[in-house]
Amino acid sequence: MFDVQKIRKDFPILNREVNGKPLVYLDNAATSHTPKQVMDAIVDYYSNYNANIHRGVHTLSQEATDKYEAARHKIQNHFNAAKSHEIIFTSGTTHSINLVANGFSTLLEKGDELLVSAMEHHSNIVPWQMLAERTGAILKVIPMSIKGELEMDAYVRLLSDKTKLVFCNHISNALGTINPIDEIIQKAHAVGAAVLIDGAQAAPHIKADVQKLDVDFYTVSAHKMCGPTGVGMLYGKEEWLNKLPPYQGGGEMIAEVTFEKTTYADLPHKFEAGTPNICGGIAFGAALDYMNDIGFEAIAAYEHELLEYATQKLLEIKGLKIYGTAKNKTSVISFNIEGVHPYDIGTILDKLGIAVRTGHHCAQPIMDFYKIPGTVRASFCFYNTKNEVDVLVEGVKKAAAMLK
Amino acid sequence: MEIKEIQQEIIDEFSMFDDWMQRYEYMIELGKSLPLINEKYKTDDNIIKGCQSRVWVHAELEDDKLVFTADSDAIITKGIIAILVRTFSDQKPQDIIEANTEFIDEIGLKEHLSPNRANGLVSMIKQLKLYAVAYQTQLN
Repeated sequence: MFDVQKIRKDFPILNREVNGKPLVYLDNAATSHTPKQVMDAIVDYYSNYNANIHRGVHTLSQEATDKYEAARHKIQNHFNAAKSHEIIFTSGTTHSINLVANGFSTLLEKGDELLVSAMEHHSNIVPWQMLAERTGAILKVIPMSIKGELEMDAYVRLLSDKTKLVFCNHISNALGTINPIDEIIQKAHAVGAAVLIDGAQAAPHIKADVQKLDVDFYTVSAHKMCGPTGVGMLYGKEEWLNKLPPYQGGGEMIAEVTFEKTTYADLPHKFEAGTPNICGGIAFGAALDYMNDIGFEAIAAYEHELLEYATQKLLEIKGLKIYGTAKNKTSVISFNIEGVHPYDIGTILDKLGIAVRTGHHCAQPIMDFYKIPGTVRASFCFYNTKNEVDVLVEGVKKAAAMLK
Repeated sequence: MEIKEIQQEIIDEFSMFDDWMQRYEYMIELGKSLPLINEKYKTDDNIIKGCQSRVWVHAELEDDKLVFTADSDAIITKGIIAILVRTFSDQKPQDIIEANTEFIDEIGLKEHLSPNRANGLVSMIKQLKLYAVAYQTQLN
């Protein structure tokens, strides 16, 4: 039974005050908070078995290695990867995408085409632009509708035997749209193109099954799903990860090193140069345990309820417009009030203890599409309440009255 | 008036308000009296970097004094730049260079001084002082 009040007790930070008001944290799409259970895993690591992994003969090193690899298995099971070495620990989604983009520089030829969706985060645009510059490949954009849904007919027309890679987010960070990635993947595979799905925004809400999706690459950041910052994962199909060259050189990723030649380690170590974020990886595993204990179906149902309630309440405010009204969307509401700059609203809300994001949300092309400087974004997590939605709505009303 | 006197005047005005809401409302009011930048100077070159909202500033030397005009598309930001323009405009470049800006703290806008803030009050101060440095060099 989903009990939000019981869940909130797991998150000490939710008890704090901001500017003398109880914190109402609605910036979960930027980063989510950390439950005690995950903090305990971090403290346990440093208190009991802090050591470098995969190298030492001593007990601590062995224990740390076991726990780190156990976390990899948890991630494998969670996303239903066929093999544990298809899970690469990274510092997060940005690192994951750069790793793949860098690898493809050896696989592309001039004139090859890359397709990017119109609603990407900068981290799923810029690495590919850099790749296109290096290789002479051409970057083409899959357009979206005013509702914030990808135009799938246009996508199909853009696909050809020149298309080598398609990349798209599972859920848009700025609009909340859940993209039809099944179809995107199938259609890309039909022309022989690989697909990378940025799952940073989806992973906190949806349990993706990478085998069922048949996706080639899937990326996740732990800090958006109750884990710590600075750790995440790249899922890649074994055949693709074997084709890509290593991203960074160093310790851990080698088989043998001489000054004449180095041979690389097998997966996943080939992509994990240097001492990794060991504690972070273990805490990522603990975060998955925590969320799975609550259950992703219960989380999705509750967040959907919050989204519907918040959408309805916000739309009652005069002059308020929501950007991103896709049929399938997650608990993200991007909005503006006519004649008011989003930054001004965010400033007033902060004074009221309400944390939202304002600005372009690292997705400037979306703001250009709507011809706006930015939006106010409220993004809800399963620990938010309807009462907090009411506080937000009152806050926005107050801000609007002051600012108009 | 000297910069220090103007700053004291602003501190006195803000001290009349008890809570942040009134202070913000007053700041918004001050924004309305900002000497607006001529539209022709509202170019990308004159946008202050580091602000989430757009802020344009133009400086011109009149005799030996620097006169600022500005604008912003966000009204709180416009209030902030209005306070700075009121402090620094019609002053000698050397005085602007030497002026401190601690009065911002005293009028209850301390949170805007954090370099972390996307509104870029720090960037605004830096930009006004950079103009002063540039014109001072010219005067020398």
